[in-house]
Amino acid sequence: MSNLNNARKAQLAERFRRFIDPEYVISDDETLRPYECDGLSMYCERPMLVVLPETVEQVQEVLRICHREQVPVVARGAGTGLCAGAMPHAEGVVLSLAKFNRILEIDPLARSARVQPGVRNLAISEAAAEFGLYYGPDPSSQIACTIGGNVAENSGGVHCLKYGLTVHNILSVEMLTVEGERVQIGGEGLDSVGMDLLALMTGSEGLLGIVTEVRVKLLPTPERARVVMAGFDNVQTAGDAVGGIIAAGIIPGGLEMMDTHAIQAAEDFARAGYPRDARALLLCEVDGTAEEVQEHIETVETLFGQLGATSVRTSHDEAERALLWKGRKSAFPAVGRISPDYYCMDGTIPRGQLAHVLTEMERMSEHYGLRVANVFHAGDGNLHPLILFDANVPGEFEKTEEFGARILELCVEVGGCITGEHGVGIEKIRQMPVQFNDQELSQFHAIKAAFDPQGTLNPGKGVPTLRRCQEYRSIESTPEAVGA
Amino acid sequence: MSDISKQLQEQILQARQSGTKLDIRGGGSKRFMGREAIGRPLEVGRHRGIVSYEPVELVLTARAGTPLEEISAVLDEHGQMLSFEPPLYSGRATLGGTLACNQSGPGRPWWGSVRDQVLGIRLINGLGDELRFGGQVMKNVAGYDVSRLQAGAMGTLGLITEVSLKVLPKPAETLTLVTEAGMAEAVQLMNARAGEPKPLSAACWLDGRLYLRLSGARTAVDATVRQWGGELLADDQAFWQALRDQRLDFFESEAPLWRFSIRSSAEPLPLDGDWLIDWGGAQRWYRGDADRERIEQLAAAAGGQATLFRGGDRLGEVMPAQAPALKLIQQRLKKAFDPDGLFNPGRLYSWM
Repeated sequence: MSNLNNARKAQLAERFRRFIDPEYVISDDETLRPYECDGLSMYCERPMLVVLPETVEQVQEVLRICHREQVPVVARGAGTGLCAGAMPHAEGVVLSLAKFNRILEIDPLARSARVQPGVRNLAISEAAAEFGLYYGPDPSSQIACTIGGNVAENSGGVHCLKYGLTVHNILSVEMLTVEGERVQIGGEGLDSVGMDLLALMTGSEGLLGIVTEVRVKLLPTPERARVVMAGFDNVQTAGDAVGGIIAAGIIPGGLEMMDTHAIQAAEDFARAGYPRDARALLLCEVDGTAEEVQEHIETVETLFGQLGATSVRTSHDEAERALLWKGRKSAFPAVGRISPDYYCMDGTIPRGQLAHVLTEMERMSEHYGLRVANVFHAGDGNLHPLILFDANVPGEFEKTEEFGARILELCVEVGGCITGEHGVGIEKIRQMPVQFNDQELSQFHAIKAAFDPQGTLNPGKGVPTLRRCQEYRSIESTPEAVGA
Repeated sequence: MSDISKQLQEQILQARQSGTKLDIRGGGSKRFMGREAIGRPLEVGRHRGIVSYEPVELVLTARAGTPLEEISAVLDEHGQMLSFEPPLYSGRATLGGTLACNQSGPGRPWWGSVRDQVLGIRLINGLGDELRFGGQVMKNVAGYDVSRLQAGAMGTLGLITEVSLKVLPKPAETLTLVTEAGMAEAVQLMNARAGEPKPLSAACWLDGRLYLRLSGARTAVDATVRQWGGELLADDQAFWQALRDQRLDFFESEAPLWRFSIRSSAEPLPLDGDWLIDWGGAQRWYRGDADRERIEQLAAAAGGQATLFRGGDRLGEVMPAQAPALKLIQQRLKKAFDPDGLFNPGRLYSWM
C-alpha cells in the first residue's frame, strides 16, 4: 500500500473511531485477514478497513463519509456467499452487519417477523417455531447465512418450487441509500403501489443500497412431510419421472436429483441407504396436511414405479426421512472427501434439457480431465455441478474455472441462465455478456446509476462494464480459450 | 396471433424523435386505474399469441397483448391455471396490462401475485431498445430483477412486449365454507385460520359473512371442512370469480372505491362506508366519502397504504404520497428507463 493510501486509511479509521467503538474499526492486517473472502475462497482481497457498526445511525454516518470521500463500501453478512459478492475492495471499507443480529418482532397473527439484517436464516424459523410458523427459504448455509445476505442474493434452497425464493417471502426492507438516507420499501401489506422496488432490491448484490431491516413472511409449519427415494438406471428416465410428478398435478415441497458420482460420494459419507449402482437418484418430499401427504405419497410411489424406477423407498417416520435427506444434505462435504478441492457451479436449465446437459458435461469432464458430480434442484431446474480438482496442482484451478464457464455457457445455450441462486458477484461477471447483450447491460448500469451515481457500492460486482465485455468476448472467441 | 414488436419499436422511435408522449393500451380494461392518461395511443392489443407453453416445465410465454382468457383456456386443457387469479374484466384484460398494474385475485396470499409468478419479460425502453430480462426458468438471479420491477409501474418504465410466467396445476378439489361473523371477528378468524397448516386458498368477508375457500387434495379439503365446520357455499366458483373480476354488487356504485393494502390482522378501520375484505385481511375495499388525508393516515397506521382505485378525481393524485427519498429513487429510475418521459406520463403520479 502506498504512503498516500496509508495516510488515507489512518485518517478514515480515525474518523470512524469517533463514533464507532474503536475495537470495531479494524485496520491491522491480522484482524483484517478473515474478511478477505466470502464462501468462495479462491477470490481474495485485503480490504482497507473493516467496520462493525452497532446502530443504524452509525451505518448512516459511515455511508455519508464514504460517499463524500468516494470510498468503496462492501456490505457483508456472515460471508457465506458463493460468488465472491462480498469480496472486499482493496481501497474500500467492508461494512459488516454482524452486530445487527436481533429479531425485533414476531407477529404470529399476521405471520411476519421484523428482523435485523445480521439475523441468521435458521434463527428466524427457530424463533417462530413456538407459534407453529417458519421462514420458507432454506439455503444450504442456513445455519450461518444472514437474512441481509439472503436479500442481497435472493437466496433459495431445496423448497423453492413450492415456497419460492427470498423475493417471494419478504414484505419490506428498510434500507440506506448510498448517501445514508433511510428509506422504507414495501410495508406490512402484500404489495405497495408503483414500480416494485422491493423486487429490484432483492438480489441486487449490495449494489443499490444497504439493507438495515427486513420484514419476512412466516408460513404455517406443515403437519407432515414424507420423502420418497427412487433410483434410476438412466438420467433421462429420472428427468422424465420429475415431469411425470408435475404432470400429475403435484408440487412437491422438495424434489432433488443426484447423479451417480454424487450418489456414491454421499452414500460413502452418510450411509443413508442410497442405491450405489443407480445412475440417478430422486428424492421427492411431499408436505402438507396428513391426508394430503398420504394421498400424494401413494401417487408418487406409483408413478415412480410406472416411470421406470429401479428402486423406491418411502420414509415412514421422521428418523427415516432425516436419514434419506442426510445423504443429499451432506453431498458437498461428501464430495469434499473424495477430492482435495471442489468448485460448485449454479446454472439453471429447462428441466427437459437435463439429459442433454449432463451428457455434454460428461464430455467436457473427459476433455478437461476433471471429474464432476451433480446435485440438481430438479423441481426448479437449478443445477449444481461440483467440479473436483486439486488447487495444489499448478494450473488446475484455472482449468476448473474454464470448465465451469463452459458449463454456464451451455446453460444459457439451452435456454437457462448462469446463476439460479448464488448470484453473479465477481465469479460469474465474465459470463454476464453471454446472457445479456450490451443494451441490456447498459440498462443495468442505468439502474445502478439511479441509486449510486458514483458507483461506490460494491464496485466491480454483478454487472460488467461494457469495455470489459468487449474484452471478455474477444478472449472467448480466441481458439486457445475454447478448450481445444 | 401476430408479432408486431418491430412496428411497436418503430412507433416508439418515432415518438422519441418527434417528442410525442405515448399512452400504452392493451385491451383497455384498466383505463379507470391510475391518473387520467394523456398522449398518443400506443396499441398493443394486436401483439398477441402464446409463444411457448411447456406444461411439465410449468412455464408459459405469451405476447403482452394476449387476453388472459385465451391463456387460461389453453392452461385449462392441461389442468393448469394462472395461480394469481387475475381479474379478467369481461375478457378484455391482457397479460401485459395485468403485470403492469400488478393485478391478482383472491388466491394471491397463498398462490402468489402476478409479480411473484413472472419469470422474464421483453421490454422496449424509452431509447427504443428491445431488451430481455429474466428467462423461462424458475430461478434466475443474474442481473437486477427488471421483470418484477414492472409490476405496478403501470407502463411508466417501458413497453412490456412479452411475459414468461410460472403456472401451477389446478387443485383437485375446491370447497368454500361460509359462517356468519362481524368484521372484527372475521379479521381475527381469517388470520387465525391462515396460521394453520390447512389448504386455505382464499379468505374474504362481505355483508356479515366470512368465506373461506379450501383447495387441494380431495382428502385434505374434505378433512378440513369437517374440522372447521360451517355451511358449504353452493356454486362457490361463481362467487370467487365475481369477487376476482370486481363484479359483486359491492362494486356497483358511483362512490369512490379505495383499495387498502395493509397488515392482514389490522383491526377494522374506523371509516364510515361499505367494506369488503379480501386476501385474508391484507386487501380491503372501501366505498365512502372519507377524505384522502384521513384514509392515508389510517392505512399507514395499519402498516400499509391506500389507493383511489376507481372513481373520484382522476386528475389529482390517486396513489399514496411517497416519502421524499423514495420519490427521488423512482424519478431517477424513470429517467434510467425512459429519459425523455415518453411512456404514460402522469399515469402513476403527477410528478412522473
